[in-house]
Amino acid sequence: MATTFAFAESRDGALRKVALETVTAARQAADATGGGEVHAMVIGEPGIAGKAEELGRYGADVVVAVEDAALARYGPEAYSAAAAHRIKAGGYRAVFFPASAQGRDLAPRVAARLGVSLASDVTEFEIQGDAVLAKHPAYTGKIILTLRLTGTPAVLSLRPGAVTPVEKAHTARVEAATSSVPPSAARVTVTDVSAQAGTKLDLGEAPVIVSGGRGLRAAENFKLVEDLAAAFGNAAVGATRAVTDDGWRPSTDQIGQTGRVVSPDLYIALGISGAIQHLAGMRTAKTIVAINKDKDAPIFKIADYGIVGDLFEIVPRLTEEVRKARSAH
Amino acid sequence: MKIAVCIKRVPEMELRFSIAADRKSLDQGGLKYEISDFDGYALEVGLQLVEKAGSGEVVVISLGPDGVQETLRKALAMGATRAIQLKADEVPVDGFAVASALAAELKTGEYDLILFGRMATDTASGTAGPMMAQLLDLPCVTAISHLDLADGRGTARRDLEGATETVQFPLPAVLTIDEGIARPRLATLKGIMAAKKKPLDVRPAQLGAVHLTVESMALPPERSGGRIVGEGADAVPELVRLLRTEAKVL
Repeated sequence: MATTFAFAESRDGALRKVALETVTAARQAADATGGGEVHAMVIGEPGIAGKAEELGRYGADVVVAVEDAALARYGPEAYSAAAAHRIKAGGYRAVFFPASAQGRDLAPRVAARLGVSLASDVTEFEIQGDAVLAKHPAYTGKIILTLRLTGTPAVLSLRPGAVTPVEKAHTARVEAATSSVPPSAARVTVTDVSAQAGTKLDLGEAPVIVSGGRGLRAAENFKLVEDLAAAFGNAAVGATRAVTDDGWRPSTDQIGQTGRVVSPDLYIALGISGAIQHLAGMRTAKTIVAINKDKDAPIFKIADYGIVGDLFEIVPRLTEEVRKARSAH
Repeated sequence: MKIAVCIKRVPEMELRFSIAADRKSLDQGGLKYEISDFDGYALEVGLQLVEKAGSGEVVVISLGPDGVQETLRKALAMGATRAIQLKADEVPVDGFAVASALAAELKTGEYDLILFGRMATDTASGTAGPMMAQLLDLPCVTAISHLDLADGRGTARRDLEGATETVQFPLPAVLTIDEGIARPRLATLKGIMAAKKKPLDVRPAQLGAVHLTVESMALPPERSGGRIVGEGADAVPELVRLLRTEAKVL
């Protein structure tokens, strides 16, 4: 029986989807060793402890809450000190962070504070005796590494979307904690967070992503992409590097090796040829649809379903059919 | 201004990779190495900062076998002042071991800034930079896409999911560099000639204990894809049917 730890990421007082993913992973790891406790940590302004019920629903037994108005925003020093302190004291077998923007910043610092290694951006894991085996896509997704992580605790960051949150009702008790680095002592301070206009659903959280490439020919034609995303109701809009380099879309929409790496349930590639750089960001999507006029485009080799033809004719029809299908439910 | 830039050589990603007989390393045949993309941006940032300051040096550091000397020479040709190889038979996948070796080298250097790429494009972990910062107890900002320095302090921007964060920090500091911040310059012929005479020191890497290793390597599972539903807008109803009944995503 092993106790495990999950970092439950929040933003603006709400849990992010990756929080449920890390708690689910911690639950699975604890259950795999005979069912130990899962401790989940939330950090945020006073009231964040109220997330205990939601975290309990996904298998947390203890919610460690660090409540401080000055910690409403992520700060690497205070957050990493709080997490490392708890993990040191907790005697955990395995520790899970999300490989989100925040988690990618936080997890290495925590691991270094603990003096241990980190398996990052993990898509699957397995506890094997004293070690943890973790799969991690590398070399722009062209090679899957299986990593052996020894030492205690095993610290992993999980690729967003790689673990599906599973409800497993536990009743979580809340324990209050503080950070050994008070926010006022932090050297690195976030002075501003500006949300990008028009961003509704984050690429890392959306179950469906509709993405556009050069085949759209002009920035204004992204209306087609946005309309299809709107028809799904739960979709975010992505883009290729060529498109963000040309300024048709903001750089934060870029999916690929140098942009976001995503694993949605459904990925729809419109006018995207399928360069290696792009495939590295989306090849672990569960279902891939490609619409492209070139039947030899590499995207068709990895797409589950493809339609060859003029996207300017196909996409409006698809938008209409998706809208119909969804209203029929 | 004194700046260290930690760089890694990686295989050119456009090549087709095959796995060696040990099942845990790449077949080296036909591999060509280059500086990792993000490390190239980091080097360019370092060069520009020292140029702007009017004095100082850019020290490039790479951990690995003697093959990294070629990468270091390229960085010298771009304009770096001198180079250090932390010699190891191979680059461990363990970011903490790499961070420990870099920390041992850099702790006494009195650098104003230590720069890394956001991640190496081969192992795609992004751990060595923030880990090394933690080991040296230096302020650290990761994955920055914009940087201003003034009066011993820096302001950086980083792209989060759906938001942009502005971060302030004092020097000395460790920064990891995202793309979009600066296009790496090309080495000139003069630079290439000069690089041959610039100092390149070789020291053993103090890696310490390794707790993360490659158990095995595999090619990604072939997607069962490649299925063309049809041509043109007439194929849409069949696609929607498959998304509902087969993929169950609609």
